[in-house]
Amino acid sequence: MNSTTEIERATRRDDDAPRFTLVHSDGHLHLTAQGNWTLNTIINVDQRLKHELENFNQAQVSYDFDGISELDTAGAYVLSRAIKCESGKCYDWDIKSEDKGHKMLMQSAANARMGQLPAAGRMWYDVLVRMGKATHRFWDELYDTLAFLGHFFIVLLKLIVRPKKIRWKSVTAMVEQVGIDAAPIIMVLSFFIGAVIAYMGANLLASFGAQIFMVELVGFSVLREFGVLITAIMLAGRSDSAFTAQIGAMRMRQEIDAMTVIGMETYETLVVPRALACLISAPILTFLAMLSGLFGGMLVAWLGPTDVSPILFLARLKDSVPIQHFWVGMIKAPFFALIIAVVGCRQGLAVTGSVESLGSRTTASVVQAIFAVITIDAMFAMLFLQLDI
Amino acid sequence: MRLELDKSAPPVEARGILTQFGTNIIHENLDFRVDRGEIVGLVGGSGSGKSVLLNTLLGLKEPEGGVVRYFGQDRRNIAPELRQDIKNRIGVLFQGGALFSSLTVRENIMVPLREHTDLPLGLMRELADMKIHMVGLPLTAATLYPSDLSGGMKKRAGLARSLALDPSLLYLDEPTAGLDPIGASAFDQLILGLRDAMDLTVIMVTHDLDSLFTICDRVAVLVDKKIAINDSLPKVRAYEHPWVQEYFGGARARAAGSAGQSEPSTKGSL
Repeated sequence: MNSTTEIERATRRDDDAPRFTLVHSDGHLHLTAQGNWTLNTIINVDQRLKHELENFNQAQVSYDFDGISELDTAGAYVLSRAIKCESGKCYDWDIKSEDKGHKMLMQSAANARMGQLPAAGRMWYDVLVRMGKATHRFWDELYDTLAFLGHFFIVLLKLIVRPKKIRWKSVTAMVEQVGIDAAPIIMVLSFFIGAVIAYMGANLLASFGAQIFMVELVGFSVLREFGVLITAIMLAGRSDSAFTAQIGAMRMRQEIDAMTVIGMETYETLVVPRALACLISAPILTFLAMLSGLFGGMLVAWLGPTDVSPILFLARLKDSVPIQHFWVGMIKAPFFALIIAVVGCRQGLAVTGSVESLGSRTTASVVQAIFAVITIDAMFAMLFLQLDI
Repeated sequence: MRLELDKSAPPVEARGILTQFGTNIIHENLDFRVDRGEIVGLVGGSGSGKSVLLNTLLGLKEPEGGVVRYFGQDRRNIAPELRQDIKNRIGVLFQGGALFSSLTVRENIMVPLREHTDLPLGLMRELADMKIHMVGLPLTAATLYPSDLSGGMKKRAGLARSLALDPSLLYLDEPTAGLDPIGASAFDQLILGLRDAMDLTVIMVTHDLDSLFTICDRVAVLVDKKIAINDSLPKVRAYEHPWVQEYFGGARARAAGSAGQSEPSTKGSL
């Protein structure tokens, strides 16, 4: 009962290619390996060895490595496939080799095959899990932001009772960062938006012969929506991300922990000054954005095909665009400012130790801030519609 | 494309190295040599230029003067097609592990394999898992991100990545700094075991006196802008130089020395 199978394979006999011979008898497998079994060469032999090993049901393996010229961990790993491992235990094996290192390599390779591999997830299952997690995270984020907002208001009320504790120094520094530094870019953007509205309005209204109504168009849209919206979106992109990055970096370097240990309240020192700075800056920036938007519209009306002089533009603006539209825009600015500051600070404080989390929190912060701004804007629009303003 | 390297030549050798930043001379006429299979500890005071020397040996910095030889060949004269091959024979463990934070541990280890081999993905994954096992990490660590790992685990994962291509020369930059004594000692034993299994030559920058006493075959002392002595520990301790005497004569060194000599039996327990 001595069924001996001998298989010999050699791809390139000329050089040092890895070669192997398998001899099987009575559950005992002899594996003779020759040539160079290293990372760069095993690709030629790995699949074949794996395939041929499927034919045998060996309980024991004897390796003969006398013909091996070079062996590394990758080669040892491929050769160790001959050792059958079940439920954390490997079957017997022995080795014949002149090099002592070979045995150690095979030992580490065999040991590595004993552990349980972490199960790989299935595709459709993963998709469902991720969707579930994302939904869950949405509610968590909403809840946490509202909780943060509540905590912030309590701290703010306490500070209003005792205004001496407000850190005006950092408030002014923040006003410079959030407000003054942002003014030029916001005004330029608003100027272009006003100009584009005037230009498109003029073209559209010209077909009815009603070019002069472009003044109302520019006035309504810039005062009610665009002035404040451009400001809010710029603040979200510019200041909100900066808040998250600043506070997040402080969190990563344990500065916030140090502050807590020293006895400084995080909300008082970091959140309130930023929120106050936003509250102060946003209305001013909004006002500037409105002015420059109207100026852009006026310039197009004057120099463009409609030829509406600035004097006519301003007179018509005064007559037919009531002042309430200005207030409709301005009233929204503090709400936007507050939500932007709160979202930015909350995301910054939620940063954990890694650079990765700082990046994802900054992204989340900007996305959430803009999302919140537009949602609140829509809610205001509905409110004003009901109030008939 | 097979590379024929002189196996008996020292894996790395520096001769007459001159390093200077402006007029500030860091190394002058520095000679350093490591023989195959050795574990060499590199010590020196803070600011003595250990990290600069490490960068010079690694090729991250060109010295202002002198020659660095890999496996007997002058680094500047190595043919471009051999250069990558030689690079693949050198592994580095940076101080903090330097793992790529956007990749899992397994993906980190697969990075060198992906870059420099044509292996199928499945085999690469298996080889990465083998390395994870070899450095003594649980296999569940394979799918974790570096931010989820403790300091000791990060170092082990970094070591696994540096071993991905089976280097013959391994640089360790303060491998036991920041580890507790148990973790540090286990890491020392891990290095010893890997040296034997993978036929490694190891250069380690360290301040850990226990490591010097337990696993280093030789100790190189960087002092006065050059390697003052590069020899076995008893000879280094006997070397007449005030800094060396203070370094090895202090109370901490004496304690580490007596512990290291009385317990050689811990070797080899991975």
